[in-house]
Amino acid sequence: MWELIEANRRKSLILFFSLGLTLLLLGYFFGSAYYPDGGGFIGIFFAFLIWGILSLISYFSGSKILLAVSGAKEVTRDVHPQLFNVVEEMKISAGLPALPKIYIINEAAPNAFATGIKPENSAVAVTAGLLARLNRDELQGVVAHEVSHIVNRDVMFMTFSGIMLGSIVLISEVFLRSLWFGGGRYSSKSSKSSGQGQMIIMIVAIVFAILAPILAQLLYFAISRKREYLADASAVRYTRYPEGLASALEKISDSSIDLKTANKVTAPMYIVNPLKPKGQKLTNLSSTHPPISERVRILRSISGGANYIDYQNAFNKVKKGEVSLIPSSGLADQTSVGLKEAAVIPVALGLDKQTKRDTGDIMMKVNNYSFINCSCGLKIKIPPDYKKTELFCPRCGTKHIL
Amino acid sequence: MTGLIILLVVVAVFVLFVISMYNSLIQLRNRVKNAWSQIDVQLKRRHDLIPNLLETVKGYMKHEREIMENITKYRSQAMDAGTVGEKAQAEGLLSGALGQLRVQVENYPDLKANQNFLALQEELTSTENKISFARQSYNDEVLSYNNKIQMFPSNIIAGMFKFLQEEFFQVEDAKEREVPKVSF
Repeated sequence: MWELIEANRRKSLILFFSLGLTLLLLGYFFGSAYYPDGGGFIGIFFAFLIWGILSLISYFSGSKILLAVSGAKEVTRDVHPQLFNVVEEMKISAGLPALPKIYIINEAAPNAFATGIKPENSAVAVTAGLLARLNRDELQGVVAHEVSHIVNRDVMFMTFSGIMLGSIVLISEVFLRSLWFGGGRYSSKSSKSSGQGQMIIMIVAIVFAILAPILAQLLYFAISRKREYLADASAVRYTRYPEGLASALEKISDSSIDLKTANKVTAPMYIVNPLKPKGQKLTNLSSTHPPISERVRILRSISGGANYIDYQNAFNKVKKGEVSLIPSSGLADQTSVGLKEAAVIPVALGLDKQTKRDTGDIMMKVNNYSFINCSCGLKIKIPPDYKKTELFCPRCGTKHIL
Repeated sequence: MTGLIILLVVVAVFVLFVISMYNSLIQLRNRVKNAWSQIDVQLKRRHDLIPNLLETVKGYMKHEREIMENITKYRSQAMDAGTVGEKAQAEGLLSGALGQLRVQVENYPDLKANQNFLALQEELTSTENKISFARQSYNDEVLSYNNKIQMFPSNIIAGMFKFLQEEFFQVEDAKEREVPKVSF
């Protein structure tokens, strides 16, 4: 397990440095484009200043910002005991040092994400729609996937390289726009003195400003996709039940409801990309997540065991090629980890109306509503700011004392 | 004089070696104990949940006397069990009996709708999952501890200070070892 994290960290560092190098070149060219004499180093300084500030902010309050932007609320055990149980189970299975904080997002679209740069201080957030739609095994699969993002240090990687990518995009954009609106002032002044050399630097800078964000994004997305597979593999290992995650992924991608609180920046954090238009072919380079159908097919092809090697075998079978997904150190562990049988607990079919009602109930619980079951069969939902001590059932008129 | 110094150095190195080996044995044993306590907490939790479960179920399931008696019997056996092996066996039987109960519940729609029962069932399921997930790490710790005790030269130190081998927490339930068939 530790070797896996190590291998992950090494790859992150390579990516991190190539992104850093891009940022460095970017700063140099832009600086030189404006001030040919030593401006390159000023450019580098400003590029890294922007990156440094953004990194510091995200290190100290990234989780808080992410959770706040997504509209996630920390909940107590009685809001959803099953969610707490499942997270506790995965904590034991994954050997996390502390229980992640648990958040529910008031959204009907099913989705989930994990945050926390350090495993000691992490959080798992799921939407109310997810809780209403998934059965226990499926929920366990989703939570296992999120917990493995924490264990594999994916959150740390995504945060820091995401910030680097963000800086590259930001700086390029600022440069191109300044050129469009007011940059001519500088270039005309300098063109008198140095002429052709300056012209070349300017062109290089413009080309770079256009290409760098695209290349950086492709690099970032490629590794992000790989990490999704790896988190799926770990989830199988933790739950020993691939079908749970497989059918959860199907249910999440089947939903036609949009996640309103997700945006371009937070999208890579979710278990299923919340921004993809339905039905679009996902096998393109500009996607942070691998196509769901493929993830599901791999999970369903797993046979024989729940260890990493079993996932790799299934991956090879589906992808029809010997792509190494899991670092060799992870595959070296040949011990067979038995698969679990399906739980005997029957699963209520996701009736649309019932799902909607359950989603609403969970959302209300998150917002401190209380519930009274009236003898006439009506479930009365009382908002937290209801001040009176008594209440009459709107259907049968029975008096309830609060 | 030099002979004495050499002798002292050799003795000092030997003593340091014994101390470090002893300490690493202690460390491994503590890790086994810690892993066991993780399981034990959950086993106790399960024992605590069962009386409530039987109380809730009793009113509905008139015909399943035998299953309920078995559950009570295995529960007290499990609580009395001393060694890890005995415990594992008794808990296996208890799991089996609870599984039977779970299958029978299907015939009682009223019970399935009972909120209290559903909450208990959820707690019980979760506790069982936690036991099975904690078992893996316990067995891993036992393996490395036992290896250390059996291998040379730590086996000499282990023998001197009476470090005893620990038992694995093995599942008796054959079902859990089986791999389900996958159909496409």
